[in-house]
Formats: sequence, structure tokens, C-alpha cells
Amino acid sequence: MLHAKHKTGLVFFPAFDWAISPTHPEREERLLYTQDQVFEEGLLDIDGIFEYKPDLVTIKDVQRVHFCVPDPWAVMTESHFISAGGAKTVGMAVMDGKVERGFALVRPPGHHANRVVHGCRGFCNVNIEAIMIEYLRRAYGIDRVAIVDTDCHHGDGTQDIYWHDPDTLFISIHQDGRTLYPGSGFLSEVGGPNAVGTTINIPLPPNTSDEGFLYTIKEVVLPILDDFKPQLIVNSAGQDNHYSDPITNMNFSARGYAELTRLLKADIAVLEGGYSIEGALPYVNTGIILAMAGLDYDHLTEPDFNPKRYRQTDAVTRTIEQTSAKVLKTWRQRKMVAEALRAREDCHQRSRRIFYDTDQIYEVQAETIRVCDACAGALRIESTSDRRVAMLGVHLPRKGCPDCKAQAYEWYDAADHKQFDHIFMQDNQADLFLTKPKPAAA
Amino acid sequence: MIIGLDVGGTHADVVLLSQAGLEKQAKVPTDESQLFETVLAGLDAVTEGVDPAKIRRIVLSTTLAANLVVQRKLPPVGMIVAGGPGIDPALFAPNEHYRVVKGAMDHRGREIAPLDEREIQEAAEQFKKEGIRYMGVVTKFSVHNPDHEKRMAAIVAPFCDQVFMGHQFSGNLNFPRRIDTTYLNAAVFPVHKAFFEAVKGSLAKKGLNVPLRILKPDGGNMNFESSFDHPALTILSGPSASVMGALTTAPSSGATWILDIGGTTTDMALLIDGVPLLAPLGIEIGPYKTLIRALQTHSIGVGGDSVVRMEEGALTVGPDRTGRAMAYGGTVPTPTDAFRVLGLMQGGDLGRAEAGLTPIAQQLGVGLETAAVRIVEQACRQILDAANEMLERINSKPVYTVHELWEGSEIRPRHLMVLGGPATQFAEYLMKQFDGSVSVVPHCEVANAIGCALARTTSEITLFADTSCQLAVASGELFNSEIPAAFTLEDARELALQLLREKALRRGANPDHLELEIVDAYQFNMIRGFTTIGKNIRVRAQVKPGLIQGYDPIGGKLRREDL
Repeated sequence: MLHAKHKTGLVFFPAFDWAISPTHPEREERLLYTQDQVFEEGLLDIDGIFEYKPDLVTIKDVQRVHFCVPDPWAVMTESHFISAGGAKTVGMAVMDGKVERGFALVRPPGHHANRVVHGCRGFCNVNIEAIMIEYLRRAYGIDRVAIVDTDCHHGDGTQDIYWHDPDTLFISIHQDGRTLYPGSGFLSEVGGPNAVGTTINIPLPPNTSDEGFLYTIKEVVLPILDDFKPQLIVNSAGQDNHYSDPITNMNFSARGYAELTRLLKADIAVLEGGYSIEGALPYVNTGIILAMAGLDYDHLTEPDFNPKRYRQTDAVTRTIEQTSAKVLKTWRQRKMVAEALRAREDCHQRSRRIFYDTDQIYEVQAETIRVCDACAGALRIESTSDRRVAMLGVHLPRKGCPDCKAQAYEWYDAADHKQFDHIFMQDNQADLFLTKPKPAAA
Repeated sequence: MIIGLDVGGTHADVVLLSQAGLEKQAKVPTDESQLFETVLAGLDAVTEGVDPAKIRRIVLSTTLAANLVVQRKLPPVGMIVAGGPGIDPALFAPNEHYRVVKGAMDHRGREIAPLDEREIQEAAEQFKKEGIRYMGVVTKFSVHNPDHEKRMAAIVAPFCDQVFMGHQFSGNLNFPRRIDTTYLNAAVFPVHKAFFEAVKGSLAKKGLNVPLRILKPDGGNMNFESSFDHPALTILSGPSASVMGALTTAPSSGATWILDIGGTTTDMALLIDGVPLLAPLGIEIGPYKTLIRALQTHSIGVGGDSVVRMEEGALTVGPDRTGRAMAYGGTVPTPTDAFRVLGLMQGGDLGRAEAGLTPIAQQLGVGLETAAVRIVEQACRQILDAANEMLERINSKPVYTVHELWEGSEIRPRHLMVLGGPATQFAEYLMKQFDGSVSVVPHCEVANAIGCALARTTSEITLFADTSCQLAVASGELFNSEIPAAFTLEDARELALQLLREKALRRGANPDHLELEIVDAYQFNMIRGFTTIGKNIRVRAQVKPGLIQGYDPIGGKLRREDL
């Protein structure tokens, strides 16, 4: 009889009756072979591994994170309530002390979902990690959280949500944005003026293999985590760095993923992408579960794995070493970097065009942050989409100071329906979400 | 006429049912070391003076296999196992004579490493040298492709009396459980065979040449012949006998609790719309986790003879038992003594029961009768708390589709049925605490034997079809066949029902009254790139547990000419 060294909770929700479209990578079949492998391996029978049924998230949970336009029902399906709920269930099991660690093996994923949601981008509608984290902060009083996103794609949605939050360390390790969707996640992206340094991007060159990933974890991620001292570590566990993934160009293996999981010691892992549904997911997920539970994974090798074939070149190694050095330098000098950034006159403003590749929506955003030394700062986002919808979202952070609170409500109160179709206030201090009523038609 | 005989830990209960209803009933003491004599004594008790020609069927539920496991009296078995990527298969060894060999299939049942035939033969030869006569072969994902297991069995067969293959026992995915299941079947086989052949022989001498059937833990039976292929299916059939007995008068809609309250324990099970709820995977016994289909049951140490004590000012009942109630010469007070004090039970020594309860009454600061009531109430509370915990576990069982999660409703039983020795007495108090109606199963002292007699033949199958490989596999049925690329979900359902019908008939089901149902049917489009390369289809079908056709629950009569 096998015993888990670390009590580990699992939510497995493969959504066998849900797809973005019949031939989309995010389809019914995605976790079928993973289920087969996990069941056949008998993982759920192991003493110390517990499977939980996912709870549903509430609208309140979603609105603590997102401005959904026009409302959450319009941008979410039942499946999103469950996958975010699965992450929340695992988070609660960990916080309640029922298990030491947990893994939400759920779909659909969430790390490309920004604070403002007009629809689906990068297969994501709502950010399931952020919804879980903000719930846990509210329910259990957690403050400092680190998110390590090991999906092959830059976790731009999570980055957007925590861009201004100095209490959330967001580290994304991904294939260089010049070679892969969503085309972001460069070294220069380090967070807004109130949170310089707590956004960290580690772009890796194509064809990075186990060696490069594990180097990055050991040499960059772990030391930074030691400095930051989070109360909770969340791993956005995308599995598309695998050498067999059809839409990326990396050479990571299942045992490499297991090793990464062992090193990272995340409290909670949440499945993100990964579309090599036969060649990678069954093995990678098994590896992650074994590693989280503290079980041996030496016999876990993909049938076609050839370490020689997937060894990284010296050029790749050098690039990774250089990138790592730069990341560490920025982290150590983050106060100086912050001063330099704040010296810029336009540092409180950001404007962006965002493309929702899955739903074919164009969004234009103008963001204003109150530069503040006392809190994460009041935030105002104006967003319009090519669906002819204009929205104003005002965000008051969880630990907002009185000045930022005043600023936030001033923005909200002054907003006019002549300019915006929807006016929202996300007051995370009072845990309230307000929708400004439209004036009666004249 | 049908005879039902259920061997329990202390008694063997036996009934003779005819078209007139319950003709005879008897209880004989169980001698675990002489089970054969116990069974014959039980049969004698109801067959005396009955024309043997009128007896058409005998259904047995015994503790034979379970005792072998619990008492660790299993004979040596040679296990040969091939794994693949994942957990080291050496960690799954259920026994001493266990060899891991080369060879592997992937999750879709495609060979990823070939067998080394010489290695397998050497292992079998070595086992034979060590005097091992029974062997088991198991491979990972053999339910998706049993070719390796079949080849291994063919290599091993010349070196042993009997070889068992993992895929013949269940279509469910779970490699470690498949190993345990195969091991138990091989290990139980020789004793099972000797025992039932002896029973059959003895019955023949008495002129009873009737079909013999054996109860399984899923609430169904199988015939004598097919039990030799699946001898471990006889393990832990006891709880299912009671549940099937209660089924005779259970409501046909809604959720219903069934509580079997004995001297030592209370066993609980659930009916949903008149059908017993099955456990998700299989029975667990001793250190073994299996794929042997079973009713979902839960047992707690609260019964009529459980020890009653005061702990930190609070009353507790069980979980231990130290012999009989005080009224019957025991040394510690029990719920039975409380019933005696309350006048709900006759027999035994009232004075001793009162003496047993006196210190408890004094500590509680109440009269004897009040103390007795509190004891019974406490026992009922513990039983219902355990039932609620079991319900909580069932209701929180994960599901894997949006539809089931969104639409799934919670089970909330509104009725409770009690059987077992102190059923009547407990029922009166359970009624006050249970939010719903409570009833006592008729003939509750032998309802388990009645359940045994009336259970129908059950079986189940799991069919996997992969139209891109053009293969369909139904493991337990040893069915492995090519299918056309255009094979559909509807074809799969039909094939599954056809295979299930054949299997049920082989197991002894009545062809005129087969109640087959599809439990699950999923179809996945397999997309590679942006092209559909085929369909991955999974269908599960079963004969659901229930009573044989022709039993009239209202009259309690058997309306069948042939039985």
C-alpha cells in the first residue's frame, strides 16, 4: 500500500461534455487519456490522496476579480463556474488543513483572462487562479501570495490582474513572446508604479529542455520566492512546454515537470494549457500528482522520450543564463527601477489594444492608476470593444488607503452614462461590486 | 421451491420459499472451522420432510472466501505483472511470489514495449519449482488491450493448474486493484472449488440435484459453474443478502436507508428508487483493494450487544462488544439490557439487566427507565450520525461532466427500513430521531436468507471502442474484435447489450426476464490536428441488482411455476 508523504487534495474535472468548438484544442477529449492514466495508475486509491467534488464559484467570487462586460453570465458558461470552483475547492482544502497541497486538474483554463472580460481569449474567459486567490484572501485573511506560471504561454491575464499589486508576486516562465502567442511577457514588463518588481517575466528560447527549466527554477524562482516570503504559492501548471505539444516549441518532459513540482513545493497547482492530449498530459499530470504527494516518479517516462534528442543546445543554455542574470538583477534593484519608473510623467497611465483571439473581439483600454505609497492604488479602466460597448471599471484594492478610496469613489460618482454603457465599482476593501444604475429615460 | 442460505459470523440463516410464501425458516450456529457442516446442517433444517424434486434452486451466501482472506490462509499464488510508464509496479505486490516482467501498453492499448517470452516462461518455471499451482497474469491497460495478458497466460499455462488473467474480472481501469483482484481469485480458487464441489456432492447424495447458485457482494447471484472462473466474487456477500431481503418490501421510488442491526454491528446501505446503490470501484478486504463489484455499504460498531459506558459524563455505545448482554449472563450493560428494562424484550434475567444499568442511572442522576431510554437514544443517534456521514460521502462523489454537476441532485432518504435481531425495538426509537418514515422488514430475523433466495443473476460489462484503431474490447467478456471505422455510439450500445445478455445467460440468468440497462455511454471525437480521426466510445451496461421475476411482495409469495 502506497502512502503519500504529503497529504494531497485533487479536484479532477475533465468537463467531458464541454468544448469551445468541436475541433478546438480545448475540447471534450482533452483530459480523457489523463483520466485513463490517473485511474489506471490507482492514484486516487493512494493513502493520503483525496479527491474532492468541485464547488461552483459565485458571481461575487468572479466580480472580486473581473469586470465582466456586460455581466458574468454573458461571458461565462457553466463550465467556467465549475473550473474556477474546482480551484477554489482545492484552495479551501489546503487552507482548512484537510490536505497539505492540492491540484485542481480542471478545464477550461484561465490565465489569459484579464481584469476586464469581454469574451474568450487564449481559450480563457475568467481567471481561475485569481478568483481562487482573492476568495482565499477574503475568507482566510491571507496577504502575500506568489503565483508561478509554468505554462508555455505568457500568463498575460494573471499579469494584468496583479500588475499593480505589490502583495502578489507573479512569475511567468514561458516561451519567448516573439515566437508564441500572446506575444508578451518580456523582461521589461515588471509591474505598475505601485508594484515594480512583483511582476517577473522569464522568457525562454524555443527548444528549452529539462535542464533549462530546472536551472531557471533553482537559480531564479526559488531565490526570489525566498526573498518574497509568500504565505501561499500557487502554480499555474500549464503542460504545453512538453516536447510533444502541437502548438508550442519547447522540449520539457514529464519527469522534468515532476522535478519542477518537487522543487517548487507549491501549495496549490492549477492546470492551465497543454494540448498534447495523448503524448504529454497523461504522463505530466501523473508526474505532478506523484511529485506533490511526495511519491517516487522514477518509472514515469513517456514511451517515446529520448533525452539525447531533446537535449538543449549550448546557445539555448547561454540565452537562459543571460536572461536569468537579468531577471535577478532587476529583482535586486527593484527599488531603483521603481524610482526610475515613477520619475516618468506618464507612469500612471497605460493604454492598450487587446485582441480576443478565440472570440474575435478587439478591445481598447485606457488605464489610470493613482500612484500611491500607502497601498496598491485606486485603478480606473476605460474599455471599449468593437462590439460597440464602452465600460468604466473602478477598482479599489483590498488594502486601499483613505485617499485612494476617495479617488475611486470620485471616479465612480462622476462617471456618466452618456460616455459609458456600463459603470462598475469593484470595492475590494468592503468586498462590494457596484453597478451604477442607468438614469431613467427622459 | 427455493432455498436461501446465508452464513453469518454467528448464525447461518436459512429459508425455504414456495408459491405459498415462506414455508420454513431456521437458524443454525456457525462453526467457522467447519463451514461445510454448517451449510449442510442449515440445508437439513429446512429440507426435512420436503420432496427433493420440488426444490428447484439453492442460493448460498458464505463467509468461506472472506475467512480465507481475513485469517491469511490463502495458498501461494505466482503473480506475473507487466507495467509501463507510471508508478513502479513492484510497489503493487499483493503477495510474496510476484514478478515484474518487461512489456507495456499505453493508455489507448497500443503496445509500447514487447513482452520477453523467455523471461515469462522462466518466472513460471521458477514458481512451479516452488510448488505453486495457481498463477495470475496482469498488465497495465489490459482492459483496453488484453493481448499481452492472453499471451502471458498461454506461456504460463503449462506450468500450473490454473491461470487467471486480470482483464477477465472487470472492465474498470485500476492496475493495482486489477492485480489484487486477480491474486485473490487465483488464491481463493482451490478452496472454493473443493468446497462447492463437496456441497454439490453431498446434496446429490440426498437426491438434491438442483442448480446451485452463489450470492455476490453486488446483490446478485451467479451459477455454480461460472463461480469457478470468478471465485473471489463470493467474498463479502453477507451485507448484500440483507439488502436484497429488505428489497422485498422497499418503496419503489425515492431514497431509502436499509439498516441491518445485529449484535455487534450495524450495516447500512441505500436504495435509490428501489435499486441498491453500488460502490464506485469494488470491495476492500484486509489489505486488498479490488475491482469486485459490490453494494455500497458501511458498517459501524453499534449493535444490540455493544458495550454501554459513561465517558466524561456522556453515554457512549460501542464500538466494542464483550460477549452477551447482562440479562444473558454478560458482564457489561448493553442496549439489549436497556430493551429488557423497558419491557421491549422478553427472556433473559431482568434483575441482571437492571443491575447492569443501575450505575449508569446513578451517574446520570435519573431513574432506571430513563437511563434505558437514553441508552437506546444514544445508540440510535450514533447509527444515524454514521448514516449521515455515509450519505455525505455519497453526495460529494465527484462527477466529470458539466451536466451531472449542474443538474445533479442530492440524495435525501425519506424512508428507513430496519432488519436484524433487535430491529423491532430499535425501530421504535429510530422513528423519533429520523426525519422520515421507519419500517421493520417482515421476517426481519431471516430477511437475509430470503434476500439470498430471491436475488436475481447480475452481471455488468464495459465496452471500449476506438474507431481509429478499429477495435472494440469488452474485457470481462474476453471480447476483442475489429469494428468498422463507421462504428457509432448506437452500435456500441447494441453490442454492449448483446454481450451483456450473453454473459448474464452464462451466469445463469433467466432469458425471459432480463432487465438490461445502459449505465454510461460516452463518445469522444478524436481530433488530431484539425481532422477527426475517429471516435473513442465507452459504454457500461448492467443487469441491475433486484429480485427475481415473479415474486409478489404484497402476498410474500413466489408466483412462478418453474421454481
